[in-house]
Amino acid sequence: MTHQDRHNSWQQKVEKVRAKAPERKPFFATHSEIEVEPLYYQHVDDVDEKVSFPGEYPYTRGIHPNMYRSRLWTMRQYAGFGSATETNKRFRYLLEQGQTGLSVAFDLPTQIGYDSDDPMSIGEVGKVGVAIDSLEDMERLLAGIPLDRVSTSMTINSSASVLLAMYIVVGEKQGVPASQITGTIQNDILKEYIARGTYIYPPKQSMRLITDVFAYCTEHVPKWNTISISGYHIREAGSTAVQEVAFTLANGMAYVQAAIDAGLEIDKFAPRLSFFFNAHNNFFEEIAKFRAARRIWAGIMKDKFGAKNERSWQLRFHTQTGGSTLTAQQPDNNIVRVTVQALSAVLGGTQSLHTNSRDEALALPTEESARIALRTQQILALESGVADTVDPLGGSYYVEALTDAMEEETNRYLEKIEQLGGAVSAVEQGFMQREIHRVALETQRNIENGTEIVVGMNQYQIENEVQPELLRVDPELGKKQVADLQDLRLRRDNQAVEKCLAALQEAASGTENLMPFIIDAVRNYATVGEICHTMRKVFGEYQPY
Amino acid sequence: MLRPIRILIGKPGLDGHDRGALIIAQGLRDEGMEVIYTGLRQSPAQIVAMAIQEDVDLIGLSCLSGAHMELFPVVVTLLKEQKADDILVFGGGVIPQEDIPILKQQGIREIFTPGTTIQQTAQFIRQLMKEEKGWEGSLTNSGGAQL
Repeated sequence: MTHQDRHNSWQQKVEKVRAKAPERKPFFATHSEIEVEPLYYQHVDDVDEKVSFPGEYPYTRGIHPNMYRSRLWTMRQYAGFGSATETNKRFRYLLEQGQTGLSVAFDLPTQIGYDSDDPMSIGEVGKVGVAIDSLEDMERLLAGIPLDRVSTSMTINSSASVLLAMYIVVGEKQGVPASQITGTIQNDILKEYIARGTYIYPPKQSMRLITDVFAYCTEHVPKWNTISISGYHIREAGSTAVQEVAFTLANGMAYVQAAIDAGLEIDKFAPRLSFFFNAHNNFFEEIAKFRAARRIWAGIMKDKFGAKNERSWQLRFHTQTGGSTLTAQQPDNNIVRVTVQALSAVLGGTQSLHTNSRDEALALPTEESARIALRTQQILALESGVADTVDPLGGSYYVEALTDAMEEETNRYLEKIEQLGGAVSAVEQGFMQREIHRVALETQRNIENGTEIVVGMNQYQIENEVQPELLRVDPELGKKQVADLQDLRLRRDNQAVEKCLAALQEAASGTENLMPFIIDAVRNYATVGEICHTMRKVFGEYQPY
Repeated sequence: MLRPIRILIGKPGLDGHDRGALIIAQGLRDEGMEVIYTGLRQSPAQIVAMAIQEDVDLIGLSCLSGAHMELFPVVVTLLKEQKADDILVFGGGVIPQEDIPILKQQGIREIFTPGTTIQQTAQFIRQLMKEEKGWEGSLTNSGGAQL
């Protein structure tokens, strides 16, 4: 293809996008009124195939031909605490403040399949997120939020099928059919074993639940992102940027293989796979990481798995700034860290972004801190001009070299994991866990001996730290949650619940898709704990290696 | 011969953040101590049972989920009930400053928050061992690999 052909092909794609979503401005210019082109590139015939054009395989420069010129990334702040009613208030506040999508944080009992009155839940109800026991809580959580217009991301993994079922039923009650709801469930169990810890069942049974969700959504919930394959927590646990990408893509390959083995057609489910990465402080490496991840995934999907649909090749991702980079000392400094990290995500071509709040090393964010975090990305989007041209760092000697290096190092890990028998087997052997722990320990040593500087923590400390105001979750909320739950158990049709759970248990022992059974149970107000305990009886529980 | 300090690092509750627990476990081993790690999702009762069985000097509790006020003091209470309150308890995690005095009143000896070094923790442990248990080791690294 000549240079002109390539350019024309790209131009045509841009026109198509513009027809559907006009650009944000009729004319983009710098402050000095120099026109800003949608794309800058080398006008040569031997275009570097690895870099190519945006919206073109292998998507190094982004998955959209004109990236943020038409549509900015989705601003999606992770929120949730206490009761559903309380969290619903925070959601409405964030939407009023210009946030464009929701992201639900659930408390640990909900994430691990325990009801609020389970002895395992002591002290945890409503703490790191909202407590959801039954459909009733989900109805309160989403009250007054139009599910046909707002997309919702839910950080939920081992109990993802249950929470998705609740979302589907709330949608129905609002008059929004399952075919119209949009959003994401994290549903990525492998990284739970590796780094995050909210597993319930053993790997094999967990993988079945995941492929059941893929199959069900392909048919009934086509606009739903069925998984968010996450490097975020791997990085938070201490990994390097390379390990983050490598372990995430290895996990992604395991899900694709599991779905193929379950008889699903790749080009039907793969376009709904999505990813979730971290953004830490090493600015250019982070940008290179995002670009390399896209390129490697495109190659894996096209060459290894033989996907034909372009959308199966495209790695779409959410980014959150790095929680573990935040300091408890001089917490306002964290606003600056978040800005740098968020900028790397935007320059790396993210599809959605969560910017952390300054006080997250101390507690859950206050409303004021959450607002500053949202404002940070609004300033990047609307004042800085970085979103006005596609991949502004493409072609930089440094960034391209780093992108190549990240790709090479990542592939080395992927080969190693392949030799270990793939991601599931590598997780069972504790390979990723050990690799991450080794780096985490090294980082700690480097911070303690001062080779790695953390401003305000191991350099430029101050004597009298000001204690900021923190969000406290009202302990009464937990008691009320338990009382409401016990009241629900008296009010609902318990015979219907028993029947649904028995049917679910039987299906779990067989090979049928479990989603319809879970939806039935949820509709009859069976609780998260009851549904997960039913499956525990059949599947057993994971015991760490 | 000098007896090494024995510690149980515990993760009470449902919190899955174990980076800190794993680092402190390894770090204290490198400081010459004998460290056992409970793994995730242990109830206070399980942690206490393990501490008694393993005959440790101290328990270090780690919690980043905000459940520390409910979970940490229970460990101290259970130790007392089982006449094992010679085992000293300290903790760490994402814990607001204002909670620290309350936890100390309830018998938690110290709370370490983000930014604490392994050395500071090790130093605290040795000092406490000297004061409370007449431990005779040196206040600096008691053998083990240098960190």
